[in-house]
Amino acid sequence: MTPGGTSGAPGVVVVTGVGRFLGANLAARLAADPRIERVIGVDPAPPNPELADLLSDVELVRLDLDSLGGLLIDLDVDAVAHLALVTAPDQQHGGRAAMKEQNVIGTMQLLAAAQRAPRLRRLVVRSSTAAYGVSFRDPAVFTEETEPREVPRGGFGRDILDIEGYVRGFRRRRPEVTATVLRFAPFIGYTADTTLTRYFAQPVVPTIFGRDPRLQFLHIDDALTVLHRSVAEEHPGTFNVAGPGVLSLSQAIRRAGRVAVPVLEPGLAGVAAVARTLGFGRYGLDQVDLFVHGRVVDTTRLEREFGFTPRSTAAAFDDFVRAHHGGVVVTRDQLAAAEQLVLESIRQVRSTVRERS
Amino acid sequence: MSSTPERWDARFDVPPTGSGPDAESARRNGHRPVTAPAARPPAPPEPADEPDTSADEPTTRPVAKKTVAKKTVAKKAVAKKAVVRQAVAGSATPGNGPSGSAVGDRPGDQWDRRVARGLAFLRRRLAGDYEVDEFGFDPDLTDAVFHPLVRVLYRDWFRTEVGGLEHVPAEGAGLVVGNHSGTVALDALILSAALRDRHPSHRYLRLLGADLVFRMPVVSELARKTGGTVACNPDAERLLGNGELVGVFPEGFKGIGKLYSDRYKLQRFGRGGFVSAALRTGTPIVPVAIVGGEEIYPMLADIKPLARLLKLPYFPVTPTFPWLGPLGMVPLPSKWLIEFCPPIPTAHLRDSADDPLVVFNLADQVRETIQQTLHKLLERRPDPFGP
Repeated sequence: MTPGGTSGAPGVVVVTGVGRFLGANLAARLAADPRIERVIGVDPAPPNPELADLLSDVELVRLDLDSLGGLLIDLDVDAVAHLALVTAPDQQHGGRAAMKEQNVIGTMQLLAAAQRAPRLRRLVVRSSTAAYGVSFRDPAVFTEETEPREVPRGGFGRDILDIEGYVRGFRRRRPEVTATVLRFAPFIGYTADTTLTRYFAQPVVPTIFGRDPRLQFLHIDDALTVLHRSVAEEHPGTFNVAGPGVLSLSQAIRRAGRVAVPVLEPGLAGVAAVARTLGFGRYGLDQVDLFVHGRVVDTTRLEREFGFTPRSTAAAFDDFVRAHHGGVVVTRDQLAAAEQLVLESIRQVRSTVRERS
Repeated sequence: MSSTPERWDARFDVPPTGSGPDAESARRNGHRPVTAPAARPPAPPEPADEPDTSADEPTTRPVAKKTVAKKTVAKKAVAKKAVVRQAVAGSATPGNGPSGSAVGDRPGDQWDRRVARGLAFLRRRLAGDYEVDEFGFDPDLTDAVFHPLVRVLYRDWFRTEVGGLEHVPAEGAGLVVGNHSGTVALDALILSAALRDRHPSHRYLRLLGADLVFRMPVVSELARKTGGTVACNPDAERLLGNGELVGVFPEGFKGIGKLYSDRYKLQRFGRGGFVSAALRTGTPIVPVAIVGGEEIYPMLADIKPLARLLKLPYFPVTPTFPWLGPLGMVPLPSKWLIEFCPPIPTAHLRDSADDPLVVFNLADQVRETIQQTLHKLLERRPDPFGP
């Protein structure tokens, strides 16, 4: 239970979703950790070639989650980190139906397999702050105890609620297994590539008219640190994981040097649909809801349990901005220069007027 | 659950809400903190910085005073004036020693600094260089834009007199509970601007609003940026736990949507959720009576079918609205009196937060205090539109 204790490090770890950025990076970190003997990466698809270098020390198994049961038993697996979630429907890979198949059915199958694995001691599940749903009566800051007031409209939000429900069932059936659920804020950072980072990378950014949601981000490196420690150490429970502090959407867009274009909310769903069909970003109701309501969580429990504070939302966003300076429309320096210019010219005009009078 | 030790710590360890920045912005706002109540003529902004030496044309000075912040007028007025002694205030013009060749010898006159400050504010806004708290409160914007606008209303239009400020805690949490009135909830905005201006430690009032406010685009963001949040116990307790001054109007829409004939009759106080929030955090309750709000939009009738159609709690008919169209939005210039009452301590009742009897009794006590103070204030103000 003590943070940083090494005695409880698991020998054999299975990581799902190693074909994607988060899974591959976590598997690489775990493989580099001397406390952990063996890291097995599971993904039905071959990993992205860019990630192949990371996975040199990881045993890769191409396997669907429904045939995972045998693997968990045969290899005496101690810990499972379940990261194979799809956050937005991808039209090339089956759209929303495939996304739900992977998120909900995949998690069910994984938990069913985990339930039958005798040596399993630890289960780490990736969740999201979307678990709190959206409602106008929501409190401004969610703690882990906050119950969602309304079921979210977006597919990902609903999947997350289902997934957390299955994990609750698993906890009841296997109380001796340490289950850690990590509710992550949207990832951002130098290397992150998500729906949201692509959104902020555009030079002109659509927003919803009359709404300026409060956002929180999590630096992708901090997400990996928390995941790594959840696998290697004993941290039972559900935790909000987000960068402290808040950026409003308009503020974030200005810090990124982009230009916001407010769109009326009824129109936005249509615009998003058009953009989707043009293969131009994957915005859905999840994003619209986030941009109407915003989402801020309390991270006190994470800080107390892990003794770790992720870098602040503003710092994480700055790191992202440094990586995407390409589409900048206005820079801070330009603004400062313009300020000096206007101030100087006003002074000039005034002094000439004064001399004449 | 009710007795988390951190809450206590937070309550007492919170530093006085930044006297540094407060003092500065009070100066920036051009308001003298505590002068005679309801300074009727618009006090000349920054009296300390007024040119003290030979003005070429003293006749131009009143012009400069009245047209606050109109840059063009300001420029001319100042150009004719003689100048002052001070150097340009720091941050706006970094590393610019003798600022600009043209006016290097006289950089410190107040209009120059005002322009510099305005430009610095614009740059900060455009670059996103400001802080927003977890509730979405934006002190930079509130002080620079929102409060100055409300100040014109409460000081010059409503001639507001504020009393009993010593009852509002100078630091740490406090729950300000007031009567609600006026068809449009202007009283909340005026209360918060008055506290910011007139209270010795210039406190921000964090208002709790109905969820209807947060459903409406634009309005919801204005409410959040000026320090408001949804009226629910988690938010109220979080704010109080952080040592903030929280403002709440338990009457809600029943208060602002009542007819003119029911003016200054307090409505029901609901379930007393505000009392349990105060009890759980051990926060003193400061009742406040606000007189003047009822006359700004006297509501003669409520067209219920139209309200239902528009999904509003009421649809008002006033002497000017909807007859005069947008002109009907101008509030009538009633005379306002705001009186804070002695705080009701709750620290000894922390364990009774879930006891309905204690909660209702305390809510009644607050309600009675406000009602009696309202009567007293109304006697002091025989003419609603008097001076």
